[in-house]
This record gives sequence, C-alpha cells and structure tokens, in this order.
Amino acid sequence: MEVLTPRSLDEALRLKSENPQAVPIAGGTDLMVAINFDRIRPNAVLNLNEVPELRGWSRANGTLRLGAGLTYAEAMREPLAGLLPALAEASRTVGSPQIRNRGTIGGNLGTSSPAGDALPPLLVAGADVVLASVRGERRVALGEFVVGPKRNALAEDELVTAVELEPASAAETFMKVGPRNAMVIAVVSLALRAGEELRAAFGSAGPVPILVRAPRDDADAFPERVAEAAAPIDDVRGTAAYRRHALRVLTRRALDRCLA
Amino acid sequence: MSTTLPLGRVGERVKRVDGIPKTNGEFAYSSDLFAAGMLWGHTLRSPHSHARIVEIDLADALTSPGVHAVLTHEDVPGQKRYGLEFPDQPVLALDRVRYFGEPVALIAAEHPEQARRAAERIRVAYEPLEPLVDPERALEQEPLHDERWTHGHGYRDDPRPNVVRHLVIRHGDPDAEGAVSVSGVYELGIQDQAFLGPESGLAVPDGEGGVDIYVATQWLHVDRDQVAPCLGLPPERVRIHLAGVGGAFGGREDLSMQIHSALLALHTERPVKMVYNREESFVGHVHRHPARIWAEHRADADGRLVSVRMRILLDGGAYASSSTAVTSNAASFACGPYAVANALIESTCVYSNNPPCGAMRGFGAVQTCFASEAQMDKLADALGLDPVELRLRNALAPGDVLPTGQRIDGSLPVAEVIRRAAALPVPELEPLPREAIRLPGGAGNTTRGEGVRRGVGFAVGFKNIAYSEGFDDYCAARVRLREDGSAEVHCAAAEVGQGVTNVILQVARTELATDDVVLAPHTTASVDSSGSASASRMTWMAAGAVQLACRAALEERERTGGEVDVERIYRHVRTSPLDPETGQTTGERSHVAFACAAMRVVAEVDVELGLTRVVWIGTAQDVGAAVNPQAVEGQIEGGTAQGLGLALMEEIQTQGGLITNASFTDYLIPTALDMPPVESVLIEDPEPSAPYGVKGVGEPPTVVSTAAVVAALRDATGRELTRVPVRPDDIVGL
Ligand SMILES: Cc1cc2nc3c(=O)[nH]c(=O)nc-3n(C[C@H](O)[C@H](O)[C@H](O)COP(=O)(O)OP(=O)(O)OC[C@H]3O[C@@H](n4cnc5c(N)ncnc54)[C@H](O)[C@@H]3O)c2cc1C
Repeated sequence: MEVLTPRSLDEALRLKSENPQAVPIAGGTDLMVAINFDRIRPNAVLNLNEVPELRGWSRANGTLRLGAGLTYAEAMREPLAGLLPALAEASRTVGSPQIRNRGTIGGNLGTSSPAGDALPPLLVAGADVVLASVRGERRVALGEFVVGPKRNALAEDELVTAVELEPASAAETFMKVGPRNAMVIAVVSLALRAGEELRAAFGSAGPVPILVRAPRDDADAFPERVAEAAAPIDDVRGTAAYRRHALRVLTRRALDRCLA
Repeated sequence: MSTTLPLGRVGERVKRVDGIPKTNGEFAYSSDLFAAGMLWGHTLRSPHSHARIVEIDLADALTSPGVHAVLTHEDVPGQKRYGLEFPDQPVLALDRVRYFGEPVALIAAEHPEQARRAAERIRVAYEPLEPLVDPERALEQEPLHDERWTHGHGYRDDPRPNVVRHLVIRHGDPDAEGAVSVSGVYELGIQDQAFLGPESGLAVPDGEGGVDIYVATQWLHVDRDQVAPCLGLPPERVRIHLAGVGGAFGGREDLSMQIHSALLALHTERPVKMVYNREESFVGHVHRHPARIWAEHRADADGRLVSVRMRILLDGGAYASSSTAVTSNAASFACGPYAVANALIESTCVYSNNPPCGAMRGFGAVQTCFASEAQMDKLADALGLDPVELRLRNALAPGDVLPTGQRIDGSLPVAEVIRRAAALPVPELEPLPREAIRLPGGAGNTTRGEGVRRGVGFAVGFKNIAYSEGFDDYCAARVRLREDGSAEVHCAAAEVGQGVTNVILQVARTELATDDVVLAPHTTASVDSSGSASASRMTWMAAGAVQLACRAALEERERTGGEVDVERIYRHVRTSPLDPETGQTTGERSHVAFACAAMRVVAEVDVELGLTRVVWIGTAQDVGAAVNPQAVEGQIEGGTAQGLGLALMEEIQTQGGLITNASFTDYLIPTALDMPPVESVLIEDPEPSAPYGVKGVGEPPTVVSTAAVVAALRDATGRELTRVPVRPDDIVGL
C-alpha cells in the first residue's frame, strides 16, 4: 500500500487527480476499521494530516468555515463550542477520547453514514460542503451531498476541504440514543435548532439524515412531524418502532430545552 | 513468566504481580508470541449454520502465494473428533457443518494476509440444510448428530432427538399447596465472554515429531489430553505452555486453535502462529447458554416456601462442550439459596444449529438465579412482605437439605450476606440539574431529568465451588527448596487475570516463611494437572496443592538436609453423581461447597426512552477467607460488571443460526459510564474443608448481579421485564 503525503492543498488536489483511486485518510477512525475488517484493500492512501489548509476553523463576514480536518475534540472547545453548541454536544457523544482526538468532520462527511453524528447538527445549521479538485471549488448543500447510506456527491478527483455555515443564532441542542451510556453508534439521534423556524435533523432513522422544518408556532405538532418524516428499519441496534417512538420523545424534549 | 515481586503472605492486601505490565502495555499476551521462521495459520470457516459439504477443492489455494499447507479433515492423523467431555466435535468438518463459523480447512502461509487470501480460494460446495434454531422444536426434529454422544454417562435416558442432557430433580411432594402461588416465564439471550485478548497461540514442532504449544487457555493438561489423540501422539510428546491470557471467563475451557496450529506446525515443520480477530473470536469459543425458564413458586401465608417448580430449557448449540454440567448446575441452583421442602426441577439442554454454548462465569446458576429472584420478588409482592424479609425467612443455612438431598455441612452464611447487603446505606438522590453523564442515556445527552425514575433492587444468589457429580478435579504442585532457603514453585494453574499467581506466591511464602519464592512457568512439561481455572475453584485448589507441597518439602528437608524437590496432589472432598431418575445425590454430596452473595442495586431509568443508569451497587459476599482482599474486591467488581452487561446490553444476536453482531461495535459491553462504584463487604466465614478456609469468589457476583440490576429496573418502571438483556423497547412497552 502506497502512502501519499501532500504538504499543501494544491499538492493534495494534484495527487488526488493523478491517483483518483487513492483513498483519503484523515483520522483513520473509519478507514482503518474498514481495512482491518478486510472490507477494503486500497492500493494507495492519501494522507491529509499534513495539509495545513484543512485544519482548524475560521470566521469571515459572519460565516463559519470548519476545515475538513477539524476534530471532535476541537469542536468541543470554546469559542467554537459556543458558536455551534449542537455540534459541540454531538462531538461529546462521539466514541471515546481517543476517537474524538483523531476523528474529523471531513471524515464523517466522507463516510456519509446515516449514523454520522456530525451530520444532524450541520444540517440544522444549513451547512454547505466545500468540495475542491484541480478543476476548481464547488459548494453543495449538505442535504444534497449525502445521497444515500454511505454514498455522497464527491467526484473521484475531489476532496472535502471545509464546511461553511452560520453560527447558531438561536437555541439548539443534540441528543443521541444508544443502548449504553457512552461509546455507541446512534440507535437514533436528533439535532434541533429553534429559531424563527424550527429545524430538526435526525440520524439512524432513515437511509440519510433528514432535515425537517416547521414554523415556530407549530411546535406542538412538531414531534409527530419529525417522527413521520423518519423511515427507520429494524436492525441489530434497534427496532423501527422504537426509533420512531424515541424521535417523538427526543423532539419534545429538545423543544422544551430550546424554547424554554 | 517468572515472578518474584510483590511480596505478601496469605490474607494481606497485595498488588497484582501482572498489574503494572498489563497497565503499561509490557505484558506479553499470547497474540504477541513470535518464533523465528514462523508461519501464520488461518481457519476457513463455514458461512452456513447447517449444511452438507459436497466437495472441497483446494487446488487454487495450494498454489496461492506464500502458502505452505492447506489441510482438511483428511489430514488429521489421529482422532477426527474432540471435546471437553464428549468427543462430538470434528477437528475440521467431516461431511457436514453444524454451526456458523465451524472450522472447515486450515492454511499456513508466510504472511497472515496470504493465508486469508488463500482461504478465499478454497472452493467448498455446500448443500444448505434447514437450520434447527428453535430449542423447543429441536426435541422433535431430525437429530443433528448420528451418534448419541452424551448417552450412557449416568444421565437419564431420554429418547427424544437432540437431547444433550435431561435432568429431573424431584424432592418431597412438589404438588404441595401453598397459600399463595406466583408463576412466570423468563428468558435469557446468549452472552459472550467478550475477553479482550482473542484466541491465539503458537505451535512449535520439536523436530522429533512432537510439538510445543504456547496458548492462552484455562486448563493446560485437559488441552493436552484432547490435542494429543487428534495428532496421533502420546500425551508426553505434546507439551502445552501457558501464554499470556487476555481474559477467559469460561470461554477458554474448550479448545480453539490448539489442534489446528499443531497440525499445521507438524505438517510444515515450522512454528505456526494463529491469532483470531474479534469477529472470528465470536465463533471461536462457546458462549453462555440462552435459556427459557418456566417457574412456579408456592408459599404459606408467612412467606415460607412450600414448593418450587421449574422447567429450564437451555440451547447448547451444535456441540456438547460442558453443556451436561451446565444443565445440572442450572437445576441445582434453581431454587436459589432458600430452604424448600418440595421441588420439581426439570432441566433440559438441546443440540441446535445455534452458536455452541458451554462454560461461562456462573455456569447455569446465572440463568436460574435471574428467574428465581424475579419469582421471590413476585412472591413478596403477593404476600405484601418486604422482599428482604421474605428472603431472610427462607435463607438456607448449614444443616439444611438441598433439593438434591445434599445436606449443607460447610459454611454458607446466606442470612448474614442478606443482612449485611441490606444494611448498606443507599446513596441519596442527586439533585438536578446534573451533568448529562450522571443521567440515564449518559454521554448521549438525552434527558435533563425528564422521564427519570429511580428504583432499588435486591437479589441473592449462590453457586457451587469446584467440579461436581463425582469429577476428580485434583490439583498438583511441585516445590523445589534450595539449600540457600529459596524456593521454586511449579503449578499449572492458569493465570487468566484472576490473580492465581499471587495466590500461589502468597501461600508458598506463608508456608515456607520466606519471601524468596519464584513461580516457574505454567506448563504440562514440569508438573501434573492443576485442573481448570474455572468453577471458582482455582484459589482453593492451588492453595491446597501448594500448601501440601510446601509442607512436604519442609519435612523432606528436615529428613535429608540439602535440596529437595517434591510434588503433591491435593484433592477436595469426593462428590457423587446424581441419580438419573430422581436427581438425588447418590452419596453424601454432589457439590463440594457453596458460596453466596447478596446485592443491592440503585438504578435510574428514563422510562420514556428506556435508557438506564445504574447509580450504585452494594454487595455482601461470602468469601470464606480472603487470600488477597484487594484481588477479591477486583473479582467482585469485574464479576458484577459482567452480570450487569447481561442485564442491560450483552447479547449475541442470530438469524437462522448466523451471528449478526460479531463485533464490539454491535456486541456491547459496559463502559466505565455504565458501571457504577461497587461497595463490597467481604464476609469471612471460613470453609472448614478448604485450605485457610478460602472459597472461590469469581462467580457469585455474576450470578447475582443480573438478577439484582433487573430487580432495580422493575422497581423503577413497574414492568415485569422477564427477558435479559432488557431492551429499551421492553421498558417503554413497545
Ligand atoms: C471506536 C469508534 C467509535 C466511533 N464512534 C462514533 C460516533 O459515536 N459517532 C460517529 O459519528 N462516528 C463514530 N465513529 C466513526 C468515525 O470516528 C467518524 O465517522 C469520524 O468522523 C471519521 O473521521 P476520520 O477523520 O477518522 O475519517 P477517516 O477514517 O480518515 O476517513 C473516513 C472516510 O472519509 C474519507 N475522507 C476523510 N477525509 C476526507 C476529505 N477531506 N475529503 C474526502 N474524503 C475524506 C476517507 O477516505 C474515508 O472514506 C467511531 C469510530 C470508532 C473506531
């Protein structure tokens, strides 16, 4: 297995276009598991850890830009945590300290799992995903970036470079249900932002995370709307009936938290 | 491992010899073994739970890069089958596979990846057969085995197909009427030992046709006695050495890669290492038997038990393993640690195409304790009695007679453990608001207090120590006393993480009155059998053997002067089989001794989401005498966590006999956030027949904690919760 380690974004994009089969690796917390389980056997990996442009976050003209390499541990830290509280809360639910130190937002997007915990908070924040290649840069709304379970809109020469979104102007929260009290993949999760408009997004209750919106006045009917928007299945982690039930409870509680 | 530090005599709090190396990563586990020129072994396993093998084509695999050997059942030179108690399991599948993951062929290659690739090139033509997966229907379906392997071993003759063992214990008049009667049906899923160190080891050919096997196991000598006949070798040409064990909990009683690696090593004349990955580990060892239990308890108006009836159905999976003993243990402890004059207990274990089951911490007593303690709570409720009071009124005591007719003549302080556990003060309700991790749902941030109710549960359990029903599980120890007064102890007792190494050293230092003692490597090469690190027996048996050998060595030196080297065998009191028709002991006793524990659990349950936080656990355990109180507390905490896991989350899920959650992503075990602090009270009521009065301590906490945790959940939710692990759906009522 060849390891390509670019030192700049330009070099990374050039390498990706020359070696489209090279699999990007950021924290490796998804990719290395897949390799260990023999699910994939890449001939080459593109190590993104030395690309400075992908690190950290910045703010310009009121818009936040989160580098693809932003880790969960970083998202939990002030002042970012105060600007995006639901993402910080979601980050706290991810794995263990080791995983939060290594795992990145870009990796969560790259995997595009219906259970990806970064996705619901980014969805309620109206995030755009910034994609780049030697051909140029484009922005895709997160809802359109994830096209199916573990499938996304990345072209084979593209990388995720960042996520752009508005800081929380209204109360927001994130909750995740799992059968144990830490280190679980979501049985179902919910992010809610309660501004002029109510926005909820859930994970693990359909093939992709879904955003549900309603006017603030419709708060009473909102839990039912969210539960109805879900398309959950029965699997080893939980039943469809439970997931739908839990979504109702979570939405009700999230509204209580955010509208209080 | 040769060990000298830390020091300490019997009864002292001593740090674990292996504690620091295990914590800082220096400890060598069996998966860390290395030998120059070694090859890597790999096992091709069945993707079906039940199928006929039509053809195996090895041609492509044999020419695969790096491959040195590809073996099937035809290459097994000796006996084609093996087994812990009954040789019903093929070393490599013969013409049929009976469970998902059953070994079919072996590969040795230069690199593990090459071995895996070659395995993919073996073409096995299977003809899938209807899997037998419902244990109740198994008794009417086509037999899975052509021979009745467990028939005629002094067990009740049961002509129904697929019976591994059927035991009926009839005691007094089971039809006796009581003032109140409660009944229930209970169910337990399949629990995995989930040891962190997967099956692994290294086989090294000795150049003279024999083999040395370095492996993580629980009983070196019984491994040897199963391996040698399959290799077609006399036992002394197979030497088994203990490699670093990453947990066992019963799952290493049966063989895993021992015969396989030796076959490959002898065939290639190269050392062969095998390491299972986590997914393979789930099919690499036997699990805790899933069970369905029907129970009826009758009591008089004062709450004294009049009769207990219980029917226990255990699913043993494809091969017998230790199922016959689990069947009997489940029945033996079905009534709990209570005196009852009348009982009818029927315990049946069946073969099926589900994952094979065998030994796991608690060994049958876990299943029946869960049912029996739920019944006791129901009875208390029906009588309007306090559950602790009801248990005290029925507590077994020395002199009482068990349903098998055995009179308890050793120590068994049931009433005392109940009183002491019940007296432990329960922590106060923590005020809100709280950090999310101090609420049900934990890090998931799902509640700030909404839907949360608190419950308190109580349970009592007991279990046998050492092997039963006439089994001679002796333990040997050898002591070399040098002229300078230093000593070397040999004992094959497997250090599986329970701390027996410390026990051996503490006993030797106490008996020899010197700190200058080392423990030689655990091996079949230099000392006789120790019996298994199982059944809460190893501390007792190793202490007995080392004590005997030390005393003999001192006497010998007294006589001869100079260096002495003596080996002694320690035996516990003899036990007798149960009568196949009545389940009554045919001698004075069928069990050696007993240990009990009582536990109180406080849990908070989010009743709307079905999530739980166990807040606190307090327990009083009958430990005989603690050789090393710190290690005893460790066993209590670990054992409690394992029972809590079964109560709340641990279950191997299957579909048509195929395991659907063979990973730690989906087979969940408790984290530090799920496991509360445990307050343990050690009750030291010495066992008269044991060295220093010791009792085993590893299993009682597991036996009782599943029952106690679910009792707290019932108290919080008002639901019956008759199945473990309790699912969020069960709490919510979906
Ligand atoms: C023990 C454990 C616990 C976990 N718990 C959680 C959890 O609670 N919640 C959760 O959501 N996830 C969890 N995960 C999964 C994982 O940690 C997250 O999905 C994480 O965000 C992945 O980030 P990474 O940087 O490690 O990605 P990597 O593994 O490096 O990459 C993941 C995928 O994204 C691609 N990729 C990475 N960066 C880019 C980029 N810049 N452009 C294009 N493609 C890219 C990779 O090619 C790969 O396909 C857990 C994983 C483990 C091992």
